[in-house]
Amino acid sequence: MQLTNRAKVLEKKPMTLAERAYLPAIFQGLSITMRHFFMKKATVRYPEEVRPFSGFFRGLHVLKRDELGRERCTACGLCAVSCPAEAITMVAGERKKGEEGLYREEKYAISYEINMLRCIFCGLCEEACPKAAIYLQPDKMAPPRYERDEFVYGKDRLVEPVSPDERSVKGIQLTPEQADKLRARIV
Amino acid sequence: MAKITFDGIEIEVPDGTTIMNAARQIGGSIVPPAMCYYTPLKGSGGKCRACLVKVAAGSAKDPRPMPKLVASCITPVQDGMVVENTTNDSVLDVRKGIVEMLLINHPLDCPVCDQAGECDLQNFAFEHGLSTTRYEEERRTFEKIDIGPLIQLHMTRCILCYRCVYTADQIAQGDRVHGVLGRGDAAEIGTYIENIIDNDFSGNVIDVCPVGALTDKTWRFKSRVWFTKPVDAHRDCPKCSGNVVLWYKGNEVLRTTARKDQYGEVKEWICNECRFEKKETSDWTIEGPAHIDRSSVISANHYELPVLNQSVIADLPASTQRELEKNPPLKLGN
Repeated sequence: MQLTNRAKVLEKKPMTLAERAYLPAIFQGLSITMRHFFMKKATVRYPEEVRPFSGFFRGLHVLKRDELGRERCTACGLCAVSCPAEAITMVAGERKKGEEGLYREEKYAISYEINMLRCIFCGLCEEACPKAAIYLQPDKMAPPRYERDEFVYGKDRLVEPVSPDERSVKGIQLTPEQADKLRARIV
Repeated sequence: MAKITFDGIEIEVPDGTTIMNAARQIGGSIVPPAMCYYTPLKGSGGKCRACLVKVAAGSAKDPRPMPKLVASCITPVQDGMVVENTTNDSVLDVRKGIVEMLLINHPLDCPVCDQAGECDLQNFAFEHGLSTTRYEEERRTFEKIDIGPLIQLHMTRCILCYRCVYTADQIAQGDRVHGVLGRGDAAEIGTYIENIIDNDFSGNVIDVCPVGALTDKTWRFKSRVWFTKPVDAHRDCPKCSGNVVLWYKGNEVLRTTARKDQYGEVKEWICNECRFEKKETSDWTIEGPAHIDRSSVISANHYELPVLNQSVIADLPASTQRELEKNPPLKLGN
């Protein structure tokens, strides 16, 4: 039965003299191999050398602080409900008197966990966040680990550091001058 | 009987029916939204202006159009009335303005508010409003008032619909301690001399509140509505009907509310014992999952274990059987 007319009849011709001589084909193949020795390499020597990230790469999450160093996250749960992989869980708590410098709103996340094994780095949490609290960093990936439970990132690994020297904006580390300016505003 | 035309649909309703209730008899998307009108509460309605409609012909005898838009929840129908709601652009335009007015002093703290996800104002603004605001001035705020250990009052979020005042008035007959103080911009819901509302049915003000001004303190910040699973349940209660909705997270009852109909109006009032004290599954007889509209955020990400009839499916894998023994699905009945 013929389904299409693309089928070609294969003709089996006897080999020519050059083909039977074997060596010309060997040299032809080797010359292609040798040519590739001098071409630009397709790979990089990974841990020493890192490929540049694209500008909109979505990597490891970070929970941002505001300019006064207070946590922006208010545990509204929009990231968790928008998450197609259901990687985010959180427990909300009420801010007590005297914690106004730590948390921005009267409600905050007591615990906030992202399971990096479930996460598909789609960035919907970032899009859903009404407080601009969660970001997927454009320059960091979730590193490989040996144990499964090491992939559940808690607040200790997600919240960005308070110190202005370690803060970044859109993945770009603050310059010393910017950090000093920020420090002056916090104090 | 009066025959009216609502958005081109003819319907005959008894005399004295309001335009809103006539529209609700037709049903569907043409029903005007309501923020203050509440069928079980006598005298409610006419405050929020969310349900404004255009009356294109007043009646068969006097077919002149009404000069201004009228509040459909308090305007009775007349024979031969022609009403335009979704078919009239000026109505939809005015509704945008109403959203803007209601949101002028309403804080945009939905991420913090416990009502988010089942908030009438949120839905109303989402469906009819603009996504921007022109208001730049400072919003009205109030000092926090403690009105008892069970109910949280956030006066800042109040839109002065008066529903809770009518509830307190009509349920706690005679010993009214709850009302609106002040006028205009300074009007606020308060209890006289900050009295605790200690009526047995006072918790119902939480259910009637269209926004997050009155919320359940036992549920405060526990979870978000859309992470919980509503289940219809009942118990033998000497004070009320005992028909409620339990909001589960895992095997834990996080809160109890009265059952509501499609317009968000409670079907039966429930007492404070049912609402605040009975938070164990063993207190209740489970009837089944409560119906949640598919468009609601509450139904987002809710996957259920399929109902397994183990006697029919003989060869369930051993791992599934162990899992089911460990976490038995909620059983119907006792």
